[in-house]
Amino acid sequence: MSVAAYIFVMAAVTYIIRMIPFTFFNKKIKSRFIRSFLKYIPYTVLSAMTIPAIFYSTGSVVTAAVGTIAAVVLAFFDLPLIVVALFASLAAYLVGLFL
Amino acid sequence: MGSRFLKGVSHGIPIALGYLSVSFGFGITAAASGLSTLEAAVISASNLTSAGQAAGVGIIAAGGTLLEMALVQLTINIRYALMGLSLSQKLDKRFTASHRLIASYGITDEIFAVCSAQDKPLTPAYMYGMILIAMLGWVTGTFLGASAGELLPQSVSSALGIVLYGMFLAIIVPPSRKNKSVLCVVVAAALLSIVFRYALSFVSAGFAVMICAIAAAALGALLFPINDEEAEE
Repeated sequence: MSVAAYIFVMAAVTYIIRMIPFTFFNKKIKSRFIRSFLKYIPYTVLSAMTIPAIFYSTGSVVTAAVGTIAAVVLAFFDLPLIVVALFASLAAYLVGLFL
Repeated sequence: MGSRFLKGVSHGIPIALGYLSVSFGFGITAAASGLSTLEAAVISASNLTSAGQAAGVGIIAAGGTLLEMALVQLTINIRYALMGLSLSQKLDKRFTASHRLIASYGITDEIFAVCSAQDKPLTPAYMYGMILIAMLGWVTGTFLGASAGELLPQSVSSALGIVLYGMFLAIIVPPSRKNKSVLCVVVAAALLSIVFRYALSFVSAGFAVMICAIAAAALGALLFPINDEEAEE
């Protein structure tokens, strides 16, 4: 099998999944239940993706936990995304130096 | 036009930096699986997704079938359909069908997250700016990882693994602090995700995220339906 064929199938399937609902769904949804559901979906997707996976993201549960705490504290005070993200990584890196 | 595009670019910079580090890791994996630097970069440019690409490279390396490739991509990436549906509800009038066809390409977890957090309707220029810079970060990181991955110290590359998760927390923590119903659905999704990880680990990660997210959001919609003023925003 040529690598190009694999890449084509990967890219086509991924694009179609993204394209169909985004392109063809252009009515405003009336149902209060579905509107509420769609309001909560971004938060539940991100939460389920982050926890517990974040604790395995640095190869050490200890450094990852410190990075997580740093991120939660900084995010609690509404700091910008990039600050929260980079300081989480910096905290994990610094703690890793002592392990 | 220009200012909306630039705003998208600036909101996309943290995404691009996060992508640079994650796709660096993908580049290393792709090279180790026998792919050329060009092939790895083409995969990143055409797919723009992390979990799906990692699984895809595994299938290529193992010589799997194209059907298997299609089904695995469908399973891992089906969450984008949900994200696309959610975003379709907050598009500006400028978003014609052809703009939608183009911008669909760039619906990733992170771009979806940042777009969802915007108060105003989304314009094509804003999304294009964000997608462009994020894609450049993703492809550049892949290229660097595939061609020179071994050069970075281990301590740095492992600490970079947390960047995107840190960004996710930066998106979900502030609204959880201000809104009790958001806090409840966030905690419910996290608890379900923990159950899947440790007790139901036979469910693939992509499916598990879908199930947890749908269940927690449905619970939230039942217990805390939004009122009509919120819906007008």
